[in-house]
Amino acid sequence: MENYKDVLVYIEQRHGEIQTVSLELLGIGKTLAEKLNVNVNACIVGNNIKNLAKELAYYGANKVYIVENEILENYVNEPYTKALATVINDVKPEIVLVGATSIGRDLAPRVSSRVHTGLTADCTNLDIDPETNNLLMTRPAFGGNLMATIICPNHRPQMSTVRPGVMVQSRRDETLTSEMIDYHINFTDKDMNVQVLERVKEKAKKIRIEDANVLVSAGRGIGSKENMKSLYQLSDMIKGEVSGTRAVVDNGWLDKERQVGQTGKTVRPDLYIAAGISGAIQHVSGMEDSNLIIAINKNPSAPIFEVADVGIVGDATKIIPEVIKELKQISK
Amino acid sequence: MKIVVCVKQVPDTSEVRIDPITGTMIREGVKSIINPDDLSGLEAALRIKDVYKAEVIALSMGPMQADNALRECLAMGVDQAILLSDRKFAGADTWATSLSLSKAIEKINPDLIIAGRQAIDGDTAQVGPQIAEHLNIPSVAYVNEIKVKDENSLVVKRMFEDGYQSILVKTPCLLTVLKEINSVRYMRVAKIYNSYKDGLVEVWDNEVLKLDPHELGLKGSPTKVKKSYTKGVKTAGKVFEVDSKEEAAKIIIDKMKENYIL
Repeated sequence: MENYKDVLVYIEQRHGEIQTVSLELLGIGKTLAEKLNVNVNACIVGNNIKNLAKELAYYGANKVYIVENEILENYVNEPYTKALATVINDVKPEIVLVGATSIGRDLAPRVSSRVHTGLTADCTNLDIDPETNNLLMTRPAFGGNLMATIICPNHRPQMSTVRPGVMVQSRRDETLTSEMIDYHINFTDKDMNVQVLERVKEKAKKIRIEDANVLVSAGRGIGSKENMKSLYQLSDMIKGEVSGTRAVVDNGWLDKERQVGQTGKTVRPDLYIAAGISGAIQHVSGMEDSNLIIAINKNPSAPIFEVADVGIVGDATKIIPEVIKELKQISK
Repeated sequence: MKIVVCVKQVPDTSEVRIDPITGTMIREGVKSIINPDDLSGLEAALRIKDVYKAEVIALSMGPMQADNALRECLAMGVDQAILLSDRKFAGADTWATSLSLSKAIEKINPDLIIAGRQAIDGDTAQVGPQIAEHLNIPSVAYVNEIKVKDENSLVVKRMFEDGYQSILVKTPCLLTVLKEINSVRYMRVAKIYNSYKDGLVEVWDNEVLKLDPHELGLKGSPTKVKKSYTKGVKTAGKVFEVDSKEEAAKIIIDKMKENYIL
């Protein structure tokens, strides 16, 4: 156990693009590494990826392990498992972080089985236990009704997949450098038991408001389709999606697939901004379990204020643009 | 073709509520169901059986009451149902669960294993790929289409957030499927009746699997739950009567910062 040291972040790249979640993991990885007084390192797997490694230095990786091979052109479970498991067995990190994407949630389980260690899925919080130095991995379960903190006390590395959008990237710094380590792994036919016949990249992503961490939601009080624009602008700035009430959908201001409520979808985001929503029970039943509800409505006796954590009596069509303006100031 | 479908009995989490006074989870009166993704896996197997000669075996691990879930599988048309149940299996994390299941699958020796992508109680999506690793066979996750190409190969559609791959995979292999892959058939009345006959669900304990007890259940699990908690009782919110839109914007932004949205 004591031979295991440092934090290793698996860098997910798709078609030569580093996925944002991996940079977020370098951010939290660095925080954890500082608490343990160790390094945060990165492992990137693929074909023709050397040019990406420098970017990882800028985001704080001390060492970058590069596994490059033609066989790794497309993500396929087995060869990628071999790549990451080989690096882990060799460099012996005490913590391994993987993004909880459709790739990470397929790769990490297989790797954890191969290196015989525990894996905690979809974590939303990571910390170090000051007494034992164990990794504390916190995740929601039972449809978000329960939070559980998981430990992996007797096996190394401690592995976790981490939900995208939860952790914060470190500041990009072009003066930073890291040690680049080319990792040569011998792949044979036995490592490739499937054949990728076709790879299709779809541009238009289907919107699933149920999966959004933040929803900016419109009610009749938004007044017009034109006024919806500021809601989209705000949701972009806080990495959210736009949703709304049945009235807004019926008015043709919003697509049906974005409707919240009894005849729409049930959502539980971290933040639900109810803009110009009065709060009919049919709507409230679809969003009342949201973690934080901020409601803006002109009518001080609107029922939405009964379920809101923060209520603001005012005109959403004026307040939302003001929030956007303030956020722009902050990001400057 | 011999197909094993892994099914899990789970509480219907959409019915789980938090007690507004104590802040604890109310489990009483919440019904147990077959995990939705697993039902789709079962349907996918039955559709292969509808067209080709196939034998479908439903496999579950859990307490004895999970045999209800397996009877539902029988009523839908599976040929055989096996329940892994032993007190030694209790408290298993995904590593230990997948080891026990893989040992059972080794004994059945199927051509294809289908599991749901993830269960609604744990939401981990880990057990499927981990079974494949223990068995040392290829696996494809996030599948939403299965076509039988010939006796020993399949063409499947593997979904990603930003597209998909069409993949040729040889059997034996393991697939985890998405709920969207199909719509699930109903149980048949005559089969429901028959499924409640005695002795239809085979129960295997560790006498059958013969795994090292140190690799089972809580003892064999690398991960442990340190603590669990609910998010707590919701306190009444505050309503602000503001004088200006600037003041309103400030309140909203402060609240977002406080909750780490920004």
